[in-house]
Amino acid sequence: MKEILILSGKGGTGKTTITAAFACLAKNKVLADCDVDAADLHLLLSPEILEEHPFKSGVTAKVSKSVCTGCGTCADLCRFNAVTVDEHASIDPFSCEGCGVCEYFCPEKAIFLKDNLCGRWYVSRTRYGQMVHAALDIGEENSGKLVSLVKRQARDLAEQSATDWIIVDGPPGIGCPVIASLSGADMVLIVTEPTLSGIHDLKRVADLAKHFKTPACACINRWDLNRQMAKEVERECEAQAINVLGRIPFDEDVVNSLVKGVPLMEVSSGPAAVKIKQIWERLQKQF
Amino acid sequence: MHFEVVVPEADEEAADAAEIDPMKVAIASGKGGTGKTSVAVALALSAQGSVEFLDCDVEEPNAHFFLKPEIRLCEDISLEVPVVIQERCNYCGKCRDMCRFNAITVFGETIMTFPDMCHSCGGCFLVCPQEALEVGRRLIGTVELGTTGRGIGFVQGRLRIGEAMAPPLIRAVKARSTDSRTVIIDCPPGTSCPAMVAVRDADYCLLVTEPTPFGLHDLKIMTGVLKRLKVSHGVVLNRAGLGDDTLEHWCLDKGIPIHLKIPFSRKIAEAYAKGIPMTEVDKDLRDAFTRLILEIGK
Repeated sequence: MKEILILSGKGGTGKTTITAAFACLAKNKVLADCDVDAADLHLLLSPEILEEHPFKSGVTAKVSKSVCTGCGTCADLCRFNAVTVDEHASIDPFSCEGCGVCEYFCPEKAIFLKDNLCGRWYVSRTRYGQMVHAALDIGEENSGKLVSLVKRQARDLAEQSATDWIIVDGPPGIGCPVIASLSGADMVLIVTEPTLSGIHDLKRVADLAKHFKTPACACINRWDLNRQMAKEVERECEAQAINVLGRIPFDEDVVNSLVKGVPLMEVSSGPAAVKIKQIWERLQKQF
Repeated sequence: MHFEVVVPEADEEAADAAEIDPMKVAIASGKGGTGKTSVAVALALSAQGSVEFLDCDVEEPNAHFFLKPEIRLCEDISLEVPVVIQERCNYCGKCRDMCRFNAITVFGETIMTFPDMCHSCGGCFLVCPQEALEVGRRLIGTVELGTTGRGIGFVQGRLRIGEAMAPPLIRAVKARSTDSRTVIIDCPPGTSCPAMVAVRDADYCLLVTEPTPFGLHDLKIMTGVLKRLKVSHGVVLNRAGLGDDTLEHWCLDKGIPIHLKIPFSRKIAEAYAKGIPMTEVDKDLRDAFTRLILEIGK
């Protein structure tokens, strides 16, 4: 069983479009959407939810107003500027990191810690195989932990049903959720675009994959929007010893398939679909 | 090129920038790659008076490609993490019990710290009865300060590769703002902690989106976040003409203003690829951004 993680660094380069296309092309796989704070894969794969679970993580400090004397110890000790004190202390839940320092040192025992319900995660059935996905509640944190949870569930499912592939739609960036999504991946496919930003972000995500010793390959989406820059992307990949598996042309079928809410492969055999199919075939040979 | 300005024409008096109060405008999106940086740069280049640009997308900072600032100062930003003074530690385990992030473990006569897990709350230093912890530092990234050729103040953060925690670095970028008349904050994608830290305290948030189901789905989440943070907001619709009009109907239904529609244009896309701001390839677009910033200033 091999786990393929689709990343990009820069957002909006086509991670989810390509993941959904692979969902059609790969046989015998489990799918996972690890972009938990802006999860979109379900919009293309129309999952039928089989299981729904709460995701609890971390704590937030709360003040019992009737006990608090407003002494301000908590505000002095909080390093996250989450506490303001007038008559009583009050804690801004958006700034609270859940470290528990205020609770521990409150001389009146007026502060307690409440478990955070941060979101939900799902096991679903799609036309293309089983899928694990999640939704972080509005404004909640710990997305890295939710990513780890989604990946662990996807791996369990894949082991139970002895699938050949786990295909993971990753989050943008290079921070906490991306690092969490890298754990256990056998190969990263970096989806990039021929722009200065695309190249810059490709370098950073390639460095990150190296840092965690995960092999990486790349593909260039909408390459024909700037052919010269596409060559630069290829040069950069060569310098980083990353295989470029293909170049995908700009194709309005991609946007049209998004609007219809289906994977590209279902509605198009146009130039982008042809190239993505080729990339999937080459990707399998990377192992 | 054709585009449609949805805001009413600003009158002559409002066009006097001196009448607009200083304001912080955050540019956010939920979905990545919708054009946050392009819009943020266009706004900065179209605003009157003193302008400052904060690139808070510290995981992938890209605005410098368009604004080409001269960087005059680069600061390392680090978090305080515990370092054990072995000969003082008596392995009581109070620091381990205090730490909710599993950054310290004690078993038998061994104590280990995991600096990457540390959130720098300071709890372990406070509970240690032996004064056996001293302050060490974990580098999380750098903050760079400079000025562009047009006199726009520029601050950006750059997260160290392998570092998970973007929010403290975003706070460091924002802390270096000098509160110019107009502060433009380029936010990271997503809707969780990094995006929230970046948009907080903004006077207004422009949500840049595109007319696709992905754009709409992530816009819905982001408007929920902004409601909770009590930040007023409106939409810039990028790549108008691609996709469908579901998103516009949704905005209309929810009373969320669409301030500007920027049609998909190969000319803009090609300029973007090379690091050229869209306002430089289209003067009308620049006027539209000037009107937009006056409009949201009211």
